[in-house]
Amino acid sequence: MTTTLPARSPATATGPTQSGRPARNSGATTTARWALSRVVGAAFVLWSVATIAFFALRLVPGDPVDALLGGPGNNATEEVRQQTRELYGLDQPVLVQYAAFLAGLLRGDLGQSYQLRQPVAQVLGEQVGNTLLLAALALALAWALALGLALWSTRPGRTAAVVASVLEIVSAAVPHFWLGTILILVFSVNLQLLPATSGAPGVEGLILPVVTLAVPLAGFLGQSMRESMLTAMHSPFALSARARGEAETGVSLRHALRHAALPGINLSGWAFGSLISGAVVVETVFARPGLGRTLLEAVTVRDVPVVLGVVLLIAAVYVVVTLLSDLAERLADPRLRDA
Amino acid sequence: MTQTFPVTEASAPVTSPTPHPPRGPRRRRFGPAVAIPATVVTVLAVAAIAPALLAPGDPLAMEPANAFAAPSLQHWFGTDESGRDVFTRVIHGSRDSLSIGLLATVIGVGLGLLLGAMAGWGSRAVDFGVNRVLEVLFAFPNLLLALLVITILGPGVVTTTLAVGLSTAPGYARMIRSQVRAVKQSGYVEASIVQGRSRWFIIRRHVLPNVAAPLFILATLGVGQAIVWASSLSFLGLGATPPAPEWGAMLSAGRGYMSIAWWITLFPGLFIVLSATATTVLGHSLQQKLKEMS
Repeated sequence: MTTTLPARSPATATGPTQSGRPARNSGATTTARWALSRVVGAAFVLWSVATIAFFALRLVPGDPVDALLGGPGNNATEEVRQQTRELYGLDQPVLVQYAAFLAGLLRGDLGQSYQLRQPVAQVLGEQVGNTLLLAALALALAWALALGLALWSTRPGRTAAVVASVLEIVSAAVPHFWLGTILILVFSVNLQLLPATSGAPGVEGLILPVVTLAVPLAGFLGQSMRESMLTAMHSPFALSARARGEAETGVSLRHALRHAALPGINLSGWAFGSLISGAVVVETVFARPGLGRTLLEAVTVRDVPVVLGVVLLIAAVYVVVTLLSDLAERLADPRLRDA
Repeated sequence: MTQTFPVTEASAPVTSPTPHPPRGPRRRRFGPAVAIPATVVTVLAVAAIAPALLAPGDPLAMEPANAFAAPSLQHWFGTDESGRDVFTRVIHGSRDSLSIGLLATVIGVGLGLLLGAMAGWGSRAVDFGVNRVLEVLFAFPNLLLALLVITILGPGVVTTTLAVGLSTAPGYARMIRSQVRAVKQSGYVEASIVQGRSRWFIIRRHVLPNVAAPLFILATLGVGQAIVWASSLSFLGLGATPPAPEWGAMLSAGRGYMSIAWWITLFPGLFIVLSATATTVLGHSLQQKLKEMS
């Protein structure tokens, strides 16, 4: 996975020397073989995540039967307890339960929520859309903010760069829960422009949560996008573009922008993770239904199947996003293809 | 949180020689970019170690008659719903908030060092194995791993610290691994091997000094994020709990009174931003210095 830059940098460093010689394999075959190995790797990661999550959550203290029967203070008879145990397969050996769990996963069956008495898959299915919408909008906004800032700050002169860098560092340091609270205070309580809770349908309810989620991410993305863009603006190809008489705007838009986008693509998997983590907080602050809040509630009452389900779902999406972002990076950066 | 990526560029080889000399006038040894955040960090450290120096009052002392007092000369940051002085609480809160962030970073760096050194210095098989472990750990993004740990161990300050530390470890491990790899393949290590130096000598003499500086910087940058995440967990009610004056918990408690007393939520949050910004700027400046020195 290429969420961090060092893993990528050797390839980048050797890229230019290799790209000069004619490629022995056609690019398509290399990419296909690379993609295949990545898919196998991703499958391995998912299986490991499922296994770790399954066994880790068995360490949760307390008898799951108690949780199923309404908490430790229940007055269930031993007979009822035994029936519950059999119903949920809890009387089986661990390995049998593990096998059943894996088999269930393949069928898309994530078990039954202790708390909500619903299949976990159904609970998640109801919530995942809300969170993905929130995360996707926030990602788009963060990209726009970060790229805009990067483009603006590479203008000649030191002031722009300093302002941009201060903006990025401060926004990366802002905790979601505080930003969200302050935004509610300003825009809902004082100005009464936007709703504080986003339970209601409509676009207005989405604005504050999306901004809250996007700003810290934009700060992070902006830092590496700007650095990458600056390097590009000082590189020989930018110089030769200028020598051809291209305007500074043209150089930054046509040549450097692609470089600024690279770390953004490279970090998509990471960004997704941070958005989902942020969603836990943002959905709580704005009382917005979604995966994050479902997860938080499940953690608080130790609803193990739901925690397990959310963890697996997020890990799966994360792995897919990382895979896609690596592929997109190869498409955007020809130097990586021969490496 | 885990992969504080901007830092990782420090470990990346400088790809192209800079055609221009550094812009602007010659740099002083330590400019304002180091001095200001260093001062802020020092003040915060004093607040954490000896809060009574800055705020002599009792952070838990209630004065119900004086609840929801707006910021004034007497109560700089106002008072909360029980008439407790918010300034005193924020200052005293730096102990919990900062020590959780710092300890979590220490745990993350320690684990990262262990894994990263194993992968970087070990055989191909070890490297492969550790890399797979890291890949799996990365699939639990940030808060997710922390929440998993909290589900198992139950909420609380100790768990939060451990959880945040664990979830930052893979990021450190990856950076240390690539750094150790780079040193291992360098000419001077090869020369040392030819000279018949012991493995321990090489690690002590060459690997550690080369890893220490970037690791220190990465940790400095990481502390800020650890503070933010730990306070987020407290805000969610999974870490420090009221009436303890922890910033995230204070903010969470103050949220209910937002429309009548904004100061209860504003100031603890400002201190989180301040400490995270200060450590980040400090880390970046040190990183820049390191780049210039090499």
